Amino acid sequence: MAELKLKKVDLIFSTKRNPLEALDKALSLSPDQIIQMMIDSGLKGRGGAGFPTGLKWKFAAASKGDEKYVICNADEGEPGTFKDRRILDEVPEKVFVGMTICAHAIGSKKGYIYLRGEYKYLLKGLLPKLESYHQELKKRNVPFEIEIRLGSGAYVCGEETALMESIEGYRGEPRNKPPFPTVAGLFGKPTIINNVETLVSATMIMCMGVEEFIKLGTTDSRGSKVFSISGDTPKAGIYELEMGMRVSDFVEEFGDGDTKAVQIGGASGFCVPRKKFNETIIGFEGIPTGGSIMLFNSSRSMYNVLKNYLDFFVEESCGQCTPCRVGTQQLLKGIEAIKRGEKGPEYLEELKKLAQTMRVAAKCGLGQSVANPFISIVDNFKEEIIY
Amino acid sequence: MLNTSELVKKLVEKYGKQRSSLLPVLQGVVEEQRYLSEDALVEVAKQMDIPPADVYGTATFYSFLDTVPRGKNIIRVCKTISCDLVGKDAIVKALEKVLKIKVGETTHDGQFSLLYTNCIGWCHKGPAMLINDEPYTELTPQKAIEIVENYIEKSKN
Repeated sequence: MAELKLKKVDLIFSTKRNPLEALDKALSLSPDQIIQMMIDSGLKGRGGAGFPTGLKWKFAAASKGDEKYVICNADEGEPGTFKDRRILDEVPEKVFVGMTICAHAIGSKKGYIYLRGEYKYLLKGLLPKLESYHQELKKRNVPFEIEIRLGSGAYVCGEETALMESIEGYRGEPRNKPPFPTVAGLFGKPTIINNVETLVSATMIMCMGVEEFIKLGTTDSRGSKVFSISGDTPKAGIYELEMGMRVSDFVEEFGDGDTKAVQIGGASGFCVPRKKFNETIIGFEGIPTGGSIMLFNSSRSMYNVLKNYLDFFVEESCGQCTPCRVGTQQLLKGIEAIKRGEKGPEYLEELKKLAQTMRVAAKCGLGQSVANPFISIVDNFKEEIIY
Repeated sequence: MLNTSELVKKLVEKYGKQRSSLLPVLQGVVEEQRYLSEDALVEVAKQMDIPPADVYGTATFYSFLDTVPRGKNIIRVCKTISCDLVGKDAIVKALEKVLKIKVGETTHDGQFSLLYTNCIGWCHKGPAMLINDEPYTELTPQKAIEIVENYIEKSKN
């Protein structure tokens, strides 16, 4: 096999170092020192949105409050994403340690892991490991405890404020921002909410040091990223790679020789057609992703792909705001009407305007991002949508 | 087996009466009874001191908190794109045939409900389904039938 153009990395799942080393190192540092390390590392959120982690921690540390919370977002629902499941299955201690490092940095005594209901079977492994981790904290006199809360089948609860509503016992309907969670989050208190992988990255930065970490990736996309790869590929699975790669190099490695489109970032991400493989970068300087990459070969109808995504959004829209509740349904009905010939091809332009409106007017990331797959698929595969 | 009132009482004692315990309590009822009956919803409302409409409104937001009767075993077949590409339709067809029900229905003996669900995070090993909390992956129609037949066998013993 030819040498890989993609650099495989072994950080997240590596069991070479005991994560408790990272804990002890963090406990020996001041909150300011930890936050500075995170800022220097360039770490950005691994859930997809890519907010700078160090900055987020800094905001929460600066918020006044007698109580603060750390939440690990394990509501991994983006279609095509399954890396957090494996992280929680194989290296949960690294997640616990990451949460504790954050708690030490911002001054929190209580953490929550919000685990999607679809992953309930992970509890069997997680609970005993959490129990022994709590013992380690006790030995070190660290006043922090972690509680695991389960979701119940709602994609929108992966949205940070919806997730908080859910923990508080309400419908998982997103809140308006501001106030941001770092100011008023869970139970109205300053809260850090990070993706599972982000917390593990924080643990690894503590283990290996900033210097080593920033050697990985590119200026805009520091470190490594765990990708969940599925669709038309002979090598579906979970891979940890350096960020900042070209789609063409990615397809060369993972494609089946007939790849016509790559969907980056799940149902709410972007579709890249073959003619743009060369110019498109996977990373924060190009198309960011929470990890989901799906490949489609020329036997696939992109109409069916788009329809599957829209079906998904219609079901998962929380229904709270009109642009998303009605918009998702109209987009779906619209492409179905065009397919049946009841509407002319020019109607696609109207639908694109609707999608653009949702990008601006929807209350949360779910509704705002429906335009990503819609416009990128419609623009690049117009014939397949119409005929 | 506990009756609904006793079950709710036990769960409220375990998790507490505060609002943030509502989901764990409802999840606990579903675990025992497979769905939230009107009785159960009213009982939770009463014991947690939350308006019944609010409890119902919260429960119906979540697709895993069913408010219609479900079978003892709930089969949820993933219908999202990666599982769709590799043949979830054939899996559903096979399950419909062996269970003699359509998607969305429950068998007459109350043993199985067959439902669709959105992405369950096994995209690299599709088609995939959950039966209750257990995932089953890389399904073929034959394999899916055998898995369900095992459950049928178990329910007889």
